[in-house]
Amino acid sequence: MTAGWETVVGLEVHVELATDTKLFSAAPSRFGDEPNTNVTPVCLGLPGSLPVLNRRAVELAMAVGLALNCEIRPSVFHRKNYFYPDMPKDYQVSQYDQPICSDGWLDVPGGSRVGIERAHLEEDAGKTTHLGGADGRIHGAVGALVDYNRAGTPLLEIVSRPDIGSAAEASAYVEELRAILLTLGASDARLEEGSMRVDANISVRPAGSDELRTRCEVKNLNSLRSLRNAIDYEAQRHIELYAAGDAPVQETRHWSEDGRTHSLRSKEEADDYRYFPEPDLVPLAPDDEWVDEVRAAMPELPASQRARLHECGTEPEDAQIIVGRGLAPVVLGAVEAGADAKRTVTHAVQNLALDGAELLGIDHLASLVQMETSGQLTATQAKAVLGIMCERAAAGTADPAAIAAELGFEAMAADELEALVDQAIADNPEAWEKFCAGEAKVAGVFVGAVMKATRGQADGQAVTQLLVQRRDA
Amino acid sequence: MTSAHVIASEVRAGTRRATDVLEDFLGRVATHDGDVHAFNTVTAEQARAAAAAIDAAAEGGRDPGPLAGVPVAFKDNLCTRGVATTCSSRMLEGWQPPYDATVVQAMTAAGAVMIGKTNLDEFAMGSSTEHSAFGPTRNPYDLARVPGGSSGGSAAAVAAGFAPLALGSDTGGSIRQPASLCGIVGIKPTYGRVSRYGLVAFASSFDQIGPFATDVADAALALDVISGHDPADSTSIPAAVPDFEAALARGVEGLRVGVVSELTGSGRNGAATGGPAPGDAAGEVLDGIDADVTERVLEAADALADAGATVGRVSVPAVTYGLTAYYLIAPAEASSNLARYDGTRYGLRVEGADVEEMNRLTRRAGFGDEVKARIMLGTFALSAGYYDAYYGKAQRVRMLTRRDFDAAYADFDVLLSPTSPCVAFRFGERADPMTMYRCDTCTIPSNLSGDPAMSVPFGTGAEGLPVGVQVMAPALGEETMLTVAAALERAAPPLPKPPLAAVTGSTGAGR
Repeated sequence: MTAGWETVVGLEVHVELATDTKLFSAAPSRFGDEPNTNVTPVCLGLPGSLPVLNRRAVELAMAVGLALNCEIRPSVFHRKNYFYPDMPKDYQVSQYDQPICSDGWLDVPGGSRVGIERAHLEEDAGKTTHLGGADGRIHGAVGALVDYNRAGTPLLEIVSRPDIGSAAEASAYVEELRAILLTLGASDARLEEGSMRVDANISVRPAGSDELRTRCEVKNLNSLRSLRNAIDYEAQRHIELYAAGDAPVQETRHWSEDGRTHSLRSKEEADDYRYFPEPDLVPLAPDDEWVDEVRAAMPELPASQRARLHECGTEPEDAQIIVGRGLAPVVLGAVEAGADAKRTVTHAVQNLALDGAELLGIDHLASLVQMETSGQLTATQAKAVLGIMCERAAAGTADPAAIAAELGFEAMAADELEALVDQAIADNPEAWEKFCAGEAKVAGVFVGAVMKATRGQADGQAVTQLLVQRRDA
Repeated sequence: MTSAHVIASEVRAGTRRATDVLEDFLGRVATHDGDVHAFNTVTAEQARAAAAAIDAAAEGGRDPGPLAGVPVAFKDNLCTRGVATTCSSRMLEGWQPPYDATVVQAMTAAGAVMIGKTNLDEFAMGSSTEHSAFGPTRNPYDLARVPGGSSGGSAAAVAAGFAPLALGSDTGGSIRQPASLCGIVGIKPTYGRVSRYGLVAFASSFDQIGPFATDVADAALALDVISGHDPADSTSIPAAVPDFEAALARGVEGLRVGVVSELTGSGRNGAATGGPAPGDAAGEVLDGIDADVTERVLEAADALADAGATVGRVSVPAVTYGLTAYYLIAPAEASSNLARYDGTRYGLRVEGADVEEMNRLTRRAGFGDEVKARIMLGTFALSAGYYDAYYGKAQRVRMLTRRDFDAAYADFDVLLSPTSPCVAFRFGERADPMTMYRCDTCTIPSNLSGDPAMSVPFGTGAEGLPVGVQVMAPALGEETMLTVAAALERAAPPLPKPPLAAVTGSTGAGR
């Protein structure tokens, strides 16, 4: 950032809500199927069809709102009118001036608090593929195909206040928001796949001032790296314009991978969406009872999970990884059940970047760690058992004792190991001399020999301990 | 013409075959619909199969339902699976919905047999069927005159004896006004009483489906079949459906009937209507309501007084602003509802150099002038900078209308007014849009308030043409409305049959 200026960013984040069906129809809300198969007359906007609001989508929206400290208010759906082929009705049903969630905040790890202006429900459009144009872009295309499978998918648009002061902070905000969405099960929130889409409103101002200058909205940010680079690029562009006695114009810009933003359309030619209340739906006014029900069903949120992980000695980076993987409930649960915190966290960080890990039973993880700390399993064996536990977690058949038995992992008697270590010393006299002379790295020779003799089932740490004992004896 | 009641009871009892009933009516259609043009599509083959199935059920000892074997005509803006649903527009010519409207399902499940799809003003926008892309429907009472609209085809079909029952839709009077002009009964139920699922939308917050019949009892029977909560329509009311037919036999003794001052202009002061009601002085009387029509309404009020009702005059001041408010809100909603006809997914497509041109050319070719005018009006009313002055203000009038009706219903159980300000008019006579729009003056207020209202024939006016009296009731007050309508029907002077029917007799349908 050029001295004398500061960056001002507000983010609009669209997330696809993880419902089984669409926002206003019973069609499956699912991706990757044959085009135009997950559709009903409602999602195709056929004449005579009418929308019916998905209760689950409302509950997920309320849960996100509550997690962001928003007020849940009576809301009304509006129609946003504009013509586009992938929008079946040529209007989008969206909450406009009465969103379901408003006036909240999100504490970004690192200390700052970002205001949340609103979070509102709306339906997604279909997907257009242009034929014949360069890179599937509309320019030069000879035709287009539209897939309406995505049309009507529930979206929650979460709008922050312009409280974000840097690219790094914007990135941290999105990461924290993503962790909350994953924890709530509200969305799979994948930036690369478009189930989470971030638009950034960027402006700059003289450092220390509180004015809001002309902003540009930057789209096509499909990674955190793009988000950070786009903010830095755009802020610099504004600063240079001001320095040249010029000023940016309010417009929408497209981030492209050449590392620059390009003008899409300016505010002057903006559409008039002719919003008006959607007459096919009734106002949505969740009563206190419903809100309380949703609140009561909410899991522990990431900030609290991190605090508790920290209390049991977890480093902040490790806590972030565990929370990010959705493993906090099982890790914290295992520790509460008596498992060694350090070993549990180590496994979660090093050995549980696996699908299904978040489904592990607390008791199963706790037993595994206990088997390891009591010497029944070596670290290597524990890792192998964990891998199989993750595969079986969804089925609930991830009992570590049974898996260890299946793999033939039986605790080695102490005297058996001692005999193998002594044999290895006898077989490698030169290495032993070096080891006794203080060359610690040759320990690998003996560990390797013992591992070979036990087909990898020995505990490497125990071997090293025995070597040290023999040397110091 | 045999009533739906008689047909259903005979078919249920096995004394008459649905197939024979159907052929009688198809015969009348074949003979006369060339003159009347009530139908866009006659579904003869499908109807024969349906009637045969009804007969098989009856012969097998199964009850085919309360409308067993009753031929029914559906307005061509009600979706019928696999049968063209055109809205009388080039835009949807030949479009076959993949599903049935909820009301179509309900009628069919009750044993009714669809005989065809009826003509309308394009997308239900009009009061004469002159705006149909497929040519107008003619009034069975006088083929030189309009049947009213927009459900003119359904009204003419019932009046001409092509079907004992028909369904239409009413956004600003589109059931009641043609019922009045064709000398039959037409009901607009409470908004939300009947599911709109499968009704091609014109103005969603007003549209409501209802029945046409030759008498009040048949209309009540059909209303009973189509009413009820539908989870597929979010604006459908989750209220129990009363026994509408039971309401017909009740007397009007003790009921309080209010004649709406603003809508009964310069008629005489009838004995029964007595002096001015409280607040009457405030009422501005709308002009343009013909004296012969007003006279029949006052006679109807007298007849109710004779039957034991308490009759008075009542002022509902906001009705004088109804037309203006309606012609902002309805086009606004229509401009959005009709956006989907863009050539992309179904219906007409006119190719262009790019998508935008394709959209433009398709809409230019597919919509008639009246539809285009309303889309433009509605688009303007919703535009940034104009929204508050037009759409916003019209919504406030809507609130006022509800308030004024509520006040009136504090003192009266039902309200009376003309249905249409005039009897059936000649083709081209109301070519000026504002003159045409005034056809809806008396019917629009109930669409603004969402309350039920119906038209009952009560004598004739100029040139011996039928006059309809409008009975209005508070929300979900259909029972009282029907009680009063039945009493009016009993008291009404006999209405001559349309000459069409007189010339040819009832071709066997009237055994």
